[in-house]
Amino acid sequence: MTREKFESQLKKLDNKLLKMAILVEESVNKAVYALKNQDPETAREVIRDDAKINDMEIDITEKCSIILATENPVAGDLRHVISIMKIITDLERAGDHSVHIAKNAIKLAGEAYIKPLIDLPEMSVKAADIIHTGIESFINRDPDAAYQAALKDREIDDMHLQVVRELIFIMLTDNKKIDQALSLMFTSRFIERLGDHAKNICEWAIYSVKGEKIDL
Amino acid sequence: MRDDIIKVEKLDLFYSEFQALHNINLTIPENKITAFIGPSGCGKSTFLKTLNRMNDLVEGCSITGGVLYRGNDIYREEDVFTLRKNIGMVFQKPNPFPMSIFDNIAYGPRVHGIASKNVLHEIVEKCLRDVALWEEVKDRLHKPALSLSGGQQQRLCIGRVLAVESEVILFDEPTSALDPVSTSKIEDLLDKLKKKYTIIIVTHNMQQAARISDRTAFFLHGRIEEYDDTEKIFLNPENKTTEEYISGRFG
Repeated sequence: MTREKFESQLKKLDNKLLKMAILVEESVNKAVYALKNQDPETAREVIRDDAKINDMEIDITEKCSIILATENPVAGDLRHVISIMKIITDLERAGDHSVHIAKNAIKLAGEAYIKPLIDLPEMSVKAADIIHTGIESFINRDPDAAYQAALKDREIDDMHLQVVRELIFIMLTDNKKIDQALSLMFTSRFIERLGDHAKNICEWAIYSVKGEKIDL
Repeated sequence: MRDDIIKVEKLDLFYSEFQALHNINLTIPENKITAFIGPSGCGKSTFLKTLNRMNDLVEGCSITGGVLYRGNDIYREEDVFTLRKNIGMVFQKPNPFPMSIFDNIAYGPRVHGIASKNVLHEIVEKCLRDVALWEEVKDRLHKPALSLSGGQQQRLCIGRVLAVESEVILFDEPTSALDPVSTSKIEDLLDKLKKKYTIIIVTHNMQQAARISDRTAFFLHGRIEEYDDTEKIFLNPENKTTEEYISGRFG
């Protein structure tokens, strides 16, 4: 084994990425839990904890910059570091969407829901699952697993369209429900965007191994 | 479509019984920088020297296969003098002649029959300008070349090759003895020179190959393991051994 110090730096970077991804998954799960259970305290926790995710993005960016400046990585190593820098941007944005969902949860905490929340939690579980598999396949250098996970984003997109259609119908039939329907529509949109960021993570996992950026 | 100025076919090279190069096949594009990389003893410098028959000077050296320069096999041509004028070489350590700056540049043109002082002066000025040395030495052209710094001496040696109007310039680790500022000047110079010349460089400095070359060949045990666009080699090489070497995990 040569370049032991460099190998150890890369391993530490992977571990930090894993920690950041876990924080984001928790953030998504808590935000949607708060929405579904009308729990403003958990929602406030999501908003408060977002700073940890943002700090991790800054910390990992700095570590990547040091590796680029001092270790001159090339080929697979370079792609790995580039991919980490891209993935943490997607994770940070995913964290922001959780915050948006949490803010809506706080707003809607005192209202009776105009429809049962079934699709939105299911969409968020799928998004968190894609993030989880994307990060796992990145660290395990498994592009096939990343590819399969990325395809699941289409299911989230389809569900989002279904939710939008349903909410438009509710708004058309009862204009007193427009305000909440719009909030739920935005929430659905935030989860759909979460899915897009999760898919991007999978695409970077594929790029880091194969050297090709594909748009799934 | 790219024009190739040198084409090497099925080249084997032996030092007596020892085979140093095995079945080398490659083409060198014109007006580009091609870098040869690989661990010590891999054959890259040996191969560089076959391109202007410098190995003719090594006892027991023999080759089979062909090296075509503009379509003509250089090992079938008898005029090695003209070949080395067309394909010049710059070595690892700057080696100016122990004479003045002016005479170092004028030496080649004089040998090739140019006697007019005016013409020689024009050539010297042009070459020194081309290697970005003119402003630094124009007031001391008749001072000894050995009084120049290492980086200046190396640029003078490059100017000496330009003076005989070479088409191809072979560089054997031209910056390994220079500091980073002098190295950077030489690299900038190579980038400018490729508009007029074809450049082939052997380097142990991976970043240098990545920074300045258009094509990179990775040599190992006397064979070419991989030869491709430099960006491809350093971002996504085909060959696992190439990746291990350029990322410092080889051996």
